[in-house]
Amino acid sequence: MPLWQGNPLELLHTRLNRCPTSSSSKCIYYIISISDSGLTITMTEISPTPHKSIDYTGAKLGMWLFLFTEIILFGGMFLGYSEYRQVNTSDFHDAAKEMSLFFGALNTIILLTSSLTMALSISAIKQGAKVRSMLLQATTIILGAAFLGNKFIEWREHILHGFYPDSPELLTMSHGKILYFGLYYVMTGIHGLHVLIGMGVICFMFVLTQLNKVSSTDYIKLENTGLFWHLVDIIWIYLFPLFYLIK
Amino acid sequence: MEQKQALHIVGTKTFVVVWAILIFLTALTIEVAELQLAKLSMIANLLIASAKAILVLWFFMHLKYESTFFKLLLLIPIGTITIIIGLTFSDIWYR
Repeated sequence: MPLWQGNPLELLHTRLNRCPTSSSSKCIYYIISISDSGLTITMTEISPTPHKSIDYTGAKLGMWLFLFTEIILFGGMFLGYSEYRQVNTSDFHDAAKEMSLFFGALNTIILLTSSLTMALSISAIKQGAKVRSMLLQATTIILGAAFLGNKFIEWREHILHGFYPDSPELLTMSHGKILYFGLYYVMTGIHGLHVLIGMGVICFMFVLTQLNKVSSTDYIKLENTGLFWHLVDIIWIYLFPLFYLIK
Repeated sequence: MEQKQALHIVGTKTFVVVWAILIFLTALTIEVAELQLAKLSMIANLLIASAKAILVLWFFMHLKYESTFFKLLLLIPIGTITIIIGLTFSDIWYR
C-alpha cells in the first residue's frame, strides 16, 4: 500500500511551506521515487510566488482619515467666510457682482464631469479594462486643466480690474469688500492648488496603470486618488454658491 | 496576509444618472439664486449644495457600499465642523 498517491511533484508544490519567503531565493528539491521500473531521482527547482500583502481596508481608511483633515482645513476657511459675510452682508453682496456666473457654472460642470470620469476609471480597472481606465484618467486630468485654465482667466480679469490683495483700488473700498476678495483668493487659491496636486497624482496613477502596478487585483491606489479628487469636487460644490450665487 | 476585496463594481449607468442629477441640481441652484430671495435663497442653495455633496459621497466616493464603520466615521468631522460653526454663530448673532 503506497504512502501517498499522485504525482510527487504536485504534492511537493502544494505542500511547500518550508521555502524562504524572499522572492529572490529558490529551493532545490530532490525527489526520490521507487517504482516497478526502478529508482528515479528527480531534481526540481521551486521558487515561492512573491506574496505581497495588501491591506485594502487599512489603505482606504488611511485615505479617509486624511480627507477628514482636509475637511477641517477648508471648514476653518468656510467658518471665516461665514462670519465675515454675516457681519458685512451688503458689502459681500456688492463685491460678488464682480464674479462671472458663466465661469463659475462652467467650472462646476467641469468638476462634476471630472468626478464622473474618475469614478468610471475606477470601475473600468476593476473590470480589467486597462485602456478604458487610462483614457478616463486622462480625461479627468484634461478636465482639471480646463478648470485651472478658467480660474486663470477669472483671476486675470479680477487683477486687471484692480481687485487683488493690497491693491490701491481695493484699499479704497469698504472693509467688507476687502475681506470678500481676500477670502476669494485664499479659498479658490488653496482649492486650485488641490486641483493641481490631484492632477499630478492622477498622472502618476496613469503611469502606474500602464505598468500594471494598478490592475484589477490591486487598485486601491487609484481608488484613494479618486477619493481625493471627489473631495476637491465637493469643496467646489460649496465654494460655487458662496462666492458666485450671492444676490 | 491577503484580505478579500469586496469587489463591488458600480455600473456606468448608475454613475451617469448621478452625474445628471448633479448637473440638474447645479441648474436648480442657479435658478434659486436668480429668484433673489435673500436669506431664503442662501439657505436653499446651501441645502442644494449639501444634497450634491451627499450624492458625490454616497455614489462617487463609494460610501454607500462601504461598511457602517466608514459611514459613522464620517460623522465625526461633519459633527466637528457643525459644532465649530454653530457655536461661533451663537456668539456672533448676539454681539
